Amino acid sequence: MSTIFGIPTQALFGQLLIGLINGAFYAMLSLGLSVIFGLLNIINFAHGAQYMMGAFVAYFALQWAGLGYWPSLVIAPIVVGLFGVILERTMLKRLYHLDHLYGLLLTFGVALVVQGLFRNEFGSSGLPYAAPRQLSGGYNLGFMFLPTYRGWVVVFSLAVCLATWYVIERTKLGSYLRAATENPTLVQAFGINVPRMITLTYGFGVGLAALAGVLAAPIYQVNPLMGADLIIVVFAVVVIGGLGSIMGSIVTGFGLGVIEGFTKVFYPEASNTVIFVIMALVLLVRPSGLFGRTS
Amino acid sequence: MSVTAKPAVAGPAARVTATPVVAGHQAAAFVVMLAVLIAAPFFVYPVFLMKALCFALFACAFNLLIGYVGLLSFGHAAFLGGAGYASAYAAKVWGFAPELAIVFGTLVAGALGVVIGALTIRSRGIYFANITLAFAQMIFFFSLQAKFTGGEDGIQAVPRGTLLGVLDLRQTYTMYFVVLAVFLLGFLVVYRAIHSPFGQVLKAIRENEPRAMSLGYRPEHYKLIAFVISATLSGTAGATKALVFQLASLTDVHWTMSGEVVLMTLLGGMGTVFGPVVGAFLVISLEHYLAQLGSWLTIVQGLIFVVCVLTFRRGVIGELGRLLRKPL
Repeated sequence: MSTIFGIPTQALFGQLLIGLINGAFYAMLSLGLSVIFGLLNIINFAHGAQYMMGAFVAYFALQWAGLGYWPSLVIAPIVVGLFGVILERTMLKRLYHLDHLYGLLLTFGVALVVQGLFRNEFGSSGLPYAAPRQLSGGYNLGFMFLPTYRGWVVVFSLAVCLATWYVIERTKLGSYLRAATENPTLVQAFGINVPRMITLTYGFGVGLAALAGVLAAPIYQVNPLMGADLIIVVFAVVVIGGLGSIMGSIVTGFGLGVIEGFTKVFYPEASNTVIFVIMALVLLVRPSGLFGRTS
Repeated sequence: MSVTAKPAVAGPAARVTATPVVAGHQAAAFVVMLAVLIAAPFFVYPVFLMKALCFALFACAFNLLIGYVGLLSFGHAAFLGGAGYASAYAAKVWGFAPELAIVFGTLVAGALGVVIGALTIRSRGIYFANITLAFAQMIFFFSLQAKFTGGEDGIQAVPRGTLLGVLDLRQTYTMYFVVLAVFLLGFLVVYRAIHSPFGQVLKAIRENEPRAMSLGYRPEHYKLIAFVISATLSGTAGATKALVFQLASLTDVHWTMSGEVVLMTLLGGMGTVFGPVVGAFLVISLEHYLAQLGSWLTIVQGLIFVVCVLTFRRGVIGELGRLLRKPL
């Protein structure tokens, strides 16, 4: 068996793949957080719970309606996105005139309630969710074995991220969004319905989290607490990339996933902490994150 | 440090004076609290009270930051849990006397506070919350993997020992009054900090940082000192708690603990003197009574968060103070 730096290539590429998969979820989740933060100026602590809800919607769709993976990719973001819209309309809206920290505290409370309710109903053990038939099996690439579904997750999430980037940075709709981020009052004066835009943006960010949840279901199982600890890592990713930066979220998401994967190969003890260590180093050099604008 | 850092040019706006006498109603409230806490162990299960007192001190320390500097730290579990491990290890493995173990734990938390504070204090608002949370996670994973913390098991069977070689802490009541003394000491330190010229500057920074800076104060220094005081006292709480329960475990370093102290302070009243104490007692009672109901505890805690943020932002003591028209 061939080796690189004394590590079997199989293990190295295996971890690289796991890193890319984790990176895909980091990227999608931090992208949603960034979009929400950009316009609403709140950190959506409920993001992990909404990611979990996405996975559960896919699970319910299969159990109750017999709808498989592909319809769930559409249904889950819409259902959970609607939940987000209702949350924004009924609660978050009331907090915009206050310190932004209240938004964080509110969404933290919502996350506790949602995760508690699901755990009450389904316990803490995972529920299995099978990958679709079309994506089962895998390819032998010679240097490693690539399960089809995992390859799909990396490619699909990258596509979603880039599409989001394109919409926000290159289309007219996105220009409204960016303008409203800069100066909502002025944009409103131009006749654009900013409150509705805020609602839809929150719904969109939440929908992204739900989409990530559906993607994750066949890999990590469906578990009420699947988002609880993940979201903390994603917060660190967002801080490293720079809050509110779209491209920053995507690049740092994937990059940190890969770095974490390699750490598992070379120095496993640090694999849980490496992202936080990087965060500390980045903050020392660039307090606003790698891609963040200096405030 | 606090008083000598006055600006060279002391115009009327720049002069910061402390309220010279303790406000009467606050003294009265303190006496009431003291009387209740002295009588309480004879009516209520003392171990429960000790737990609540440790958390009350933790919440008071936390409140110094959120209530008076306006900084929301979401990583205070690192100080509580870190100090818990330090004092438990010192008492069990090195055979430290309880008072030394608590001091050691406190110092460890203070040192952690200096390091984390120096790295985070430049950020503000949501960034600060996020970054402190991430640092606390570092401490959590370190505690999970390091040898001396015992990983998932924690450090168990920590001896309570004999305080100053005289007081046998295995006696529940003795332990209770020691915990009460520790709590009161910490409470008075926070009170003193808030009502000193230093505290006035903190409030000025909270209200208008650029203006405080223009008056010649260095906000970062003041914030860092407040952060370190807060971390240190959180450590005192954690170190004491480890001796009370004879256990230091991962629960105390987990980020949910950071969330809990936010809940206590929010429910009791941010920026009030007695709010965190009341909040801590309420939250710990809630945990005590809902413990059998499993995840309902989380749900209820979440609901309290939502309700407090939406309609009850002053908290119990804040609302009470508003009704009495006196800051409590």
